[in-house]
Amino acid sequence: MNESRSESRKVWKMVSSLPRRTVQSANRHSVFWLQLPFVLLFITFIIIPILVAIGLSFTDFNSIEAPNFVGLDNYVTILTDDSTFMEFALPNTIAFAVIVGAGGYILSFFMAWSLAQVTRIPRTVMAVILYSPSMTSGVMLSTVWQVVFAGDKVGYLNALLLKLDIIQKPILWLSDGTYLLPIMIVVSLWSSMGIGFLAMLAGILNVDKDLYEAAYIDGVTNRFQEIVYVTIPAVRPQMLFGAIMAIVNTFQNGSIGVLLSGANPTPGYAGQLLVTHVEEHAFVRYEMGYGAAVSVILLILVWVISQIAKKLFADKE
Amino acid sequence: MRKKNKIRIMGINPRRFDRTQIKFYLYLIPIVLLTALPIIFIFSNAFKPLDELLVYPPKFITTRPTLDNFRNLSATSANKAIPMSRYLFNSIFTTLAVMVLTLLITVMTAYCMSKKQYRLKNFLFGVNEAALMFVPVAVAIPRYMIVYGMGMIDSIFAHIIPLVALPVGLFLVKQFIDSFPNEVVEAAQIDGAGDFYILRKIVVPNITPALATVAILAFQSSWNSLEASNYYINNEALKNFAFYMTTLTATSGNANTIAGLGVQAAGTLIMFVPNLILFIILQSRVMNTMSHSGMK
Repeated sequence: MNESRSESRKVWKMVSSLPRRTVQSANRHSVFWLQLPFVLLFITFIIIPILVAIGLSFTDFNSIEAPNFVGLDNYVTILTDDSTFMEFALPNTIAFAVIVGAGGYILSFFMAWSLAQVTRIPRTVMAVILYSPSMTSGVMLSTVWQVVFAGDKVGYLNALLLKLDIIQKPILWLSDGTYLLPIMIVVSLWSSMGIGFLAMLAGILNVDKDLYEAAYIDGVTNRFQEIVYVTIPAVRPQMLFGAIMAIVNTFQNGSIGVLLSGANPTPGYAGQLLVTHVEEHAFVRYEMGYGAAVSVILLILVWVISQIAKKLFADKE
Repeated sequence: MRKKNKIRIMGINPRRFDRTQIKFYLYLIPIVLLTALPIIFIFSNAFKPLDELLVYPPKFITTRPTLDNFRNLSATSANKAIPMSRYLFNSIFTTLAVMVLTLLITVMTAYCMSKKQYRLKNFLFGVNEAALMFVPVAVAIPRYMIVYGMGMIDSIFAHIIPLVALPVGLFLVKQFIDSFPNEVVEAAQIDGAGDFYILRKIVVPNITPALATVAILAFQSSWNSLEASNYYINNEALKNFAFYMTTLTATSGNANTIAGLGVQAAGTLIMFVPNLILFIILQSRVMNTMSHSGMK
């Protein structure tokens, strides 16, 4: 203890004679201890799980017996022999990701931009309302919407359609596979204006007004050009953050089908997404190795899409 | 041309209402109302008396509000060994713990990453930025194994510890501290101030918007979390309120009784309202933080 103290005093003397910038490097110990809790938890609950998932994906682990190494078997099975994956989980996920991820993102930007055009108080009220659905993740999301999509005639949607004579008897919106995926998309779009939306709104509000003035002097003539040439370049950093948040939320909300229909697998696999496919294999069938392989594919998918987003929003200067 | 410029400059973030804004309201208001509709339904259903829930055609807004559903909500759980208040207590306790711990370790780490020089700094921040893309549900299996290995199965800590390292929180706080001048921190260091003193007296008071934002994010991740209750905890007495909500919906499936609908609405309201209040209180701070959220 004493030794290290005299050591650090020596270091301190050395650095205090140096220019200011290097003074900061003096306190090595505190840098280590201050960051230790976060780094340890980060490694334990984020890094190691990813590594273990990759490792498990090469085994036939079933949570009871010791895992055997099976090479790429799981991946080969997923790609060639898993009809649920190829027929439902993957196409559903792609449809879901494109409509909810990309569509929700564009909608968020458009709403953020529109809100920036009105005065502060109505803007704040509307922003809170638009943001509030994103707080209803998971179980709340399903209870809120079960009121609308309840399968009997008391369900709001059924009642409305019956009244308008569009249908003759109530439709089982959630337990009949036909409508499950579209409903999942509607519900997820509804809750897609989360912190990415707020980031973009804050970004648009902070765009330097001189930029707009300069743009109009340089020949921008309408709102559309204004968005393309001024707003988007200026808000690009926030838009990238928003894009990453949109991608993650899309995959994070993958259990929405199970929550809405109350069953995993979902009726006729209609609402099966990659996340629910992982859960079904891992926690319903206890095929942990297989589930891990699906989750690795899921992580790779998220990563690839995020990289594409980064390329899209990279500084082009 | 000159006149047009003037209008434009008023375009973004206008101070006053003028006619050019009407077209935005024309579509903003319908979309906002549509968004609010399901939430209004839940509020209305939560306070509907039983017979009104049964009525066809359904009434959108109740005329005779009652607290019956909230009473039934606690009665439903009275049939079981665990009262509803126990789930609620677990949720409140674990959420507060997650918020406090997250804030603490996030600030300490973000301060180092922003104001200190060391070799791994950019690498660590890069790893954290990549982890923004992390989807916890994808690695539910190994997370289970780690929680198991740490002996946290059936422990209240299983609700707390896995959620404390929050990459988005670190990212936002670090970006926010970046906008705070280095000179102030350096001056304090030269005057001999220790790190904890600097953190407490200089950094934390100046970054309250970012802290408020992290508090909200931590609150949401914990309050809504089903991970621990579903996978790590078998002891019914240690599960949280979000899990209790799923027992109201999942077990009965769509063969929901009408009474169940009212009870669910009441439960949803209990889940939702704290989220909403917290956000309304802190929204201006969140917006302030979000303007620093840009990624390169």
